[in-house]
Amino acid sequence: MYPQDLKYSQEHEWAKLEDGLVRVGITKFAADKLSDIVYVELPKVGAELRFMQPFGVVESVKAASDLCAPISGTVVAVNEPLTQAPEGISADPHGAAWMIVVKPSALGELDQLMDASAYSKFIGEG
Amino acid sequence: MSPVKKDSTLIFERSTPGRRAHGLPELDVPEVPLSTLLPTGMVRGTPPALPEVSELDVVRHYTHLSHRNFSIDEGFYPLGSCTMKYNPKLHEEVARLSGFARLHPYAPDDLAQGALRLLWELGEELSEISGMDTVTFQPAAGAHGEMTGLLLIRAYFEARGEHQRTSIIVPDSAHGTNPATAAMVGYKVLTVRTDPRGNVDLQQLKSLMDDTVAGVMLTNPNTLGLFEEQIDEVSEIIHRYGGQMYMDGANFNAILGVTRPGDQGFDVMHYNLHKTFTTPHGGGGPGAGAVGIKQHLAPYLPTPVVSHADGRYFLDYDRPQSIGKVKAFWGNFGNLVRAYAYVRTLGAEGVRNVAEYAVLHANYVRARLKDTYNVKYDRICKHEFVADGTRQKARNGVTTRDIAKRVLDYGFHAPTVYFPLIVEESIMIEPTETESLDTLEEFIAAMIAIDKEAAENPELVKTAPHTTVVRRLDEVRAARQPDLRWQADR
Repeated sequence: MYPQDLKYSQEHEWAKLEDGLVRVGITKFAADKLSDIVYVELPKVGAELRFMQPFGVVESVKAASDLCAPISGTVVAVNEPLTQAPEGISADPHGAAWMIVVKPSALGELDQLMDASAYSKFIGEG
Repeated sequence: MSPVKKDSTLIFERSTPGRRAHGLPELDVPEVPLSTLLPTGMVRGTPPALPEVSELDVVRHYTHLSHRNFSIDEGFYPLGSCTMKYNPKLHEEVARLSGFARLHPYAPDDLAQGALRLLWELGEELSEISGMDTVTFQPAAGAHGEMTGLLLIRAYFEARGEHQRTSIIVPDSAHGTNPATAAMVGYKVLTVRTDPRGNVDLQQLKSLMDDTVAGVMLTNPNTLGLFEEQIDEVSEIIHRYGGQMYMDGANFNAILGVTRPGDQGFDVMHYNLHKTFTTPHGGGGPGAGAVGIKQHLAPYLPTPVVSHADGRYFLDYDRPQSIGKVKAFWGNFGNLVRAYAYVRTLGAEGVRNVAEYAVLHANYVRARLKDTYNVKYDRICKHEFVADGTRQKARNGVTTRDIAKRVLDYGFHAPTVYFPLIVEESIMIEPTETESLDTLEEFIAAMIAIDKEAAENPELVKTAPHTTVVRRLDEVRAARQPDLRWQADR
């Protein structure tokens, strides 16, 4: 279920390396736990992120949670349509519902994240 | 046509042009045109679009609406963390005494001695019950009390020149208002985990605490309904670095007359008078969030403070270090009258009985349900406990939301669900002290029956409720498009 080409954080974000940039979103596990998502707050292009510090907020009918950055760097793209239709996150959390793209300042941080099989074990599905 | 009339029209939709609920006699004095009394431009050109209905229309409409509301007067209301206890009708009588109800808030002290005495004595009583030194009654409700309490802490540190204290520690089990309050007062929030027994994780607390932390906000018993077993150690760690202990009194019902926050090391706390000390709440009326403090915080209390000298009560405005007013006048006074009546009716022994029965009831329901519903932190609880729907969800996908909806079909209010956040599929049950054993048995039987339904006929539970006026609501649309206004042209 969890794609091999993504890296995963303990806070349930995923990170995907694409030509030197890192695409970021939340995992299917997180989306399922949150259930119906009603609100997403994302940073602006140019925002500086620090590793595992909050960069946004996702809110569902059950709870509000911080989004934690799985990589340090500068935001270079934001999935704006997502903020208009956050209920769509659950449909394709690892693909169309990506949140931001980051120009990393410390690419080595990705090594601190889990691979797909470690993450599956972490959430008790492995 | 359906034999049961389910009228869901709005009062505006019942409007019939020309229908009136009154008839006035003919004018027997010269008519004065409105335009001669009011400035041009202040007189509206068209009448407001008010509903045109008869008196009977109005009575039936609102009586009908009142039947759709669920209240403690109608049925069992085990809404965890909300203390939906019965509110004695005597308190309504007392609060309506004209000397209280009709007193003008600007009445001079000499004409308000009874009301001031009530405030003074209620402050003394709450101080005795909580182990605090002084109480202010200005805050309008719980979260407002939290804010007042943190403003007092901030003023205290500012007066001492300890400007480096910029954060507050809050457990991951806390009510959402705690971190929100800390942020609103300008503090950074540091989260401390819950340990496997359901207490604050002491090791992590130690690692977070230093002299840049203003203090900790704790709920005791916490939102798992569990007493913080290491509260003395928590207090020692916080105070060692000069921090302040704030208690969220949301769960004060559990410990009334048994143990006192002031003796546990708390420096400031709020009381939800509307919960613990009975006033209709949760849509039934306003709150009252008194704040109790230890003496070192007294200089910063909101003004005015009720004071007493030479047999006379008065409002003391001479408080140069005060954080100022936090609400107009003297708080929600009617609720304070109810709280006073409650304490005086119960007496010291009765106050203790409240906690004893609240705790007994919660433990009885927990013990009866724990074979059916998983209880993650399964130990003797206080006034409430947190079960969960993980077994039912794993069995065939019936979630806590489905179970809660099905509870409505059995004639009860649903328990609190999906809170606290640290328990998956949580079902938080607070029976309160005012329910009979018969009612507790009925609720237990319903919960066991729902589990059986979930196993044998899951669709029945997944599509519940079946007996309510409206079925499942569109929660996403309610959150994203909260359009509550009736408009004539739609």
